[in-house]
Amino acid sequence: MTDRANPVVANPWSSLRRFTDARIALGRAGSSLPTEAHLAFQLAHAQARDAVHLPLDADAVAAQLHARGLESVRLHSAAPDRLIYLKRPDLGRRLNDNSQALLADRAGALGAGVDVVFVIADGLSARAIHENAIPLLDCILPELSSAGWRVGPIPIVTQGRVAIGDEIGERLKAEILVVLIGERPGLSSPDSLGVYLTHGPRVGKTDADRNCLSNVRVAGLSHATAAHKLRYLLEESRRRALSGVSLKEDADEVPRVVGAGEAANFLLPTGAA
Amino acid sequence: MSTYRHSIGGTTYRFEDLRDLMAKASPARSGDALAGVIAATDAERVAAQSALADLPLRVFLTEAVVPYEDDEVTRLIIDDHDAAAFAPVAHLTVGDFRNWLLSEQADTAVLSAMASGLIPEMVAAVCKIMRVQDLVLVARKCRVVTAFRNTLGLPGRMATRLQPNHPTDDPTGIAAAILDGLLYGNGDAVIGINPASDNPGAVTTLLRMLDDIIGHYRIPTQSCVLTHVTTQIQVIEQGAPLDLVFQSIAGTQGANASFGVTLDLLIEAREAALSLKRGTVGEHVMYFETGQGSALSANAHLGVDQQTLEARAYGLARKLDPLLVNTVVGFIGPEYLFNGKQIIRAGLEDHFCGKLLGVPMGCDVCYTNHAEADQDDMDVLLTLLGVAGCNYIMGIPGSDDIMLNYQTTSFHDALYVREVLGLRPAPEFESWLGEMGIFDAANRLIVSDRLPDPFHRALSRLQQAAP
Repeated sequence: MTDRANPVVANPWSSLRRFTDARIALGRAGSSLPTEAHLAFQLAHAQARDAVHLPLDADAVAAQLHARGLESVRLHSAAPDRLIYLKRPDLGRRLNDNSQALLADRAGALGAGVDVVFVIADGLSARAIHENAIPLLDCILPELSSAGWRVGPIPIVTQGRVAIGDEIGERLKAEILVVLIGERPGLSSPDSLGVYLTHGPRVGKTDADRNCLSNVRVAGLSHATAAHKLRYLLEESRRRALSGVSLKEDADEVPRVVGAGEAANFLLPTGAA
Repeated sequence: MSTYRHSIGGTTYRFEDLRDLMAKASPARSGDALAGVIAATDAERVAAQSALADLPLRVFLTEAVVPYEDDEVTRLIIDDHDAAAFAPVAHLTVGDFRNWLLSEQADTAVLSAMASGLIPEMVAAVCKIMRVQDLVLVARKCRVVTAFRNTLGLPGRMATRLQPNHPTDDPTGIAAAILDGLLYGNGDAVIGINPASDNPGAVTTLLRMLDDIIGHYRIPTQSCVLTHVTTQIQVIEQGAPLDLVFQSIAGTQGANASFGVTLDLLIEAREAALSLKRGTVGEHVMYFETGQGSALSANAHLGVDQQTLEARAYGLARKLDPLLVNTVVGFIGPEYLFNGKQIIRAGLEDHFCGKLLGVPMGCDVCYTNHAEADQDDMDVLLTLLGVAGCNYIMGIPGSDDIMLNYQTTSFHDALYVREVLGLRPAPEFESWLGEMGIFDAANRLIVSDRLPDPFHRALSRLQQAAP
């Protein structure tokens, strides 16, 4: 109840918070958000904003790859800085002149094509890369090596968008391209990694040609589970020589809808049955 | 195609055609820069606005920004034009039209009668030479009232869409957000879920769940599951209890094709929903979402600026007699609307253009985390839209959409704007809130430590069910 000592009215349905990450039962000061809930929101927004503007530590990523005996190559998109990157998505989809030359050299040295190239790109959250890229690779690369997959060098792209992988994969003559990229940060998920797979990458591919795994992070789709799904997509993509809308994800992806949850729709008498 | 010129001092500015003139006259925004249609300098923009102000309104009936032969939205706009309704302003230029709209002559009755005589391009043009206060003042005089199980858009009212999204469509999580929203007095515009899955079975399950809740608690509102129109037609045929048909639409045939829709498909969907006869106080069964930049993002903008194309989307919407239309103004990202200033102006432009065309406009007052915007910007836009008479806004728990990863207005925000501006919910819903013991006679929340009985019973069931 409202009183002079504490003008915040709590909501007696806070027990429902265990069913959703939504910001329910926040209580109210008058009709407005209480100070605690207001500042919790401000912090989440600040963290998401910081994730957008945090620079990719490409040196650290390269060093971690090197420590695992993996070769990397440092590339930069045609967007010179974050401000231009945000305003000009087209520039984030292609390499700058230096990087094109660098990649041409590397492709020449590589000679024949490879089975798969993994591209690491900052996208909209470098934090997603710092926290998830290496752990995911640690789950998938050893498996692929023992299964005989030829894995190419790993480009690390600054100011990159998903489609920049098409140019890279095409030049490195990759049969399959996998882009690991920081997703647009949500308020509760500033560290979410996206994984995009394309068979036969070349400039001009569209979203319809790609398969996507989203929300890869410790509190979301775990590294091990993501690696399991990615392995499935890689094998199917190679076997059927395609990717995108005609390559469906694993059958265990059916969303949990019908009568699921311990309490289902508790708003109805039958829901609790 | 005519070219247009305007001289300022010794400099003459030349504009290729009407499309170029409109684009260069548009207040600056990142999407028009991305499309390469923006004015090169501020002075060029004002020159374009001045040339546009001198243009007779009737020019828009003969000169199309998107060719009639190529585009069904243009054909709809021109073929449906009501010359008799246009007659009172047919002699005006765009600049005179602005003066007329601001004058006492343009009252609510006159503007309502004129809506079918105006076409989107005329409305977009006058919008470009209006300040924020003009957009507010004129929109406030417009009134577009629609109805299904309640009546929306009445003066002194503002409704909310209760948006109980969940990343895996979990029914318990959705039910928790619905309870939260109802107990904060939200949900009169619609209870509308953006589903994670577009599988017809999953969509039907959600529709049944919403229908059961609305029936059980006798809530005078309507439900919607925002999936593709073809899926909704399919589930109607399979017997799903569907109230409103949702679809995203845009201002060119090409952009609509990228959404997988045509005018004929929308007409078919409307007829399917009407055949269910589920409305009790009205028969408006369509719900559309739009947003500046959608045509450009589909590479179907045809060199036209994004604000003009947005107005054309409303031209398409009004053909389908919708219950609800809202611009999702800040959702698309900073490459189209860069910051709070651009989002605020765009939200008011969209509301103004829609209302003048006779469309029941609401607004998803929103932003993403990569835009230069924050809660303060949303408060400004929300308050201005409240003053401008916006039909409805979104309501979600704590402004945080955990499914779509963006921020929109919260249940609390709706209460704020109702309190400071004296706005009330839809009348049927307002009565229900009173009967349920959620609002008092002054429309203030009264729920504290004891829930209204039906909701108390629901929570008790949950405690019994819990292990």
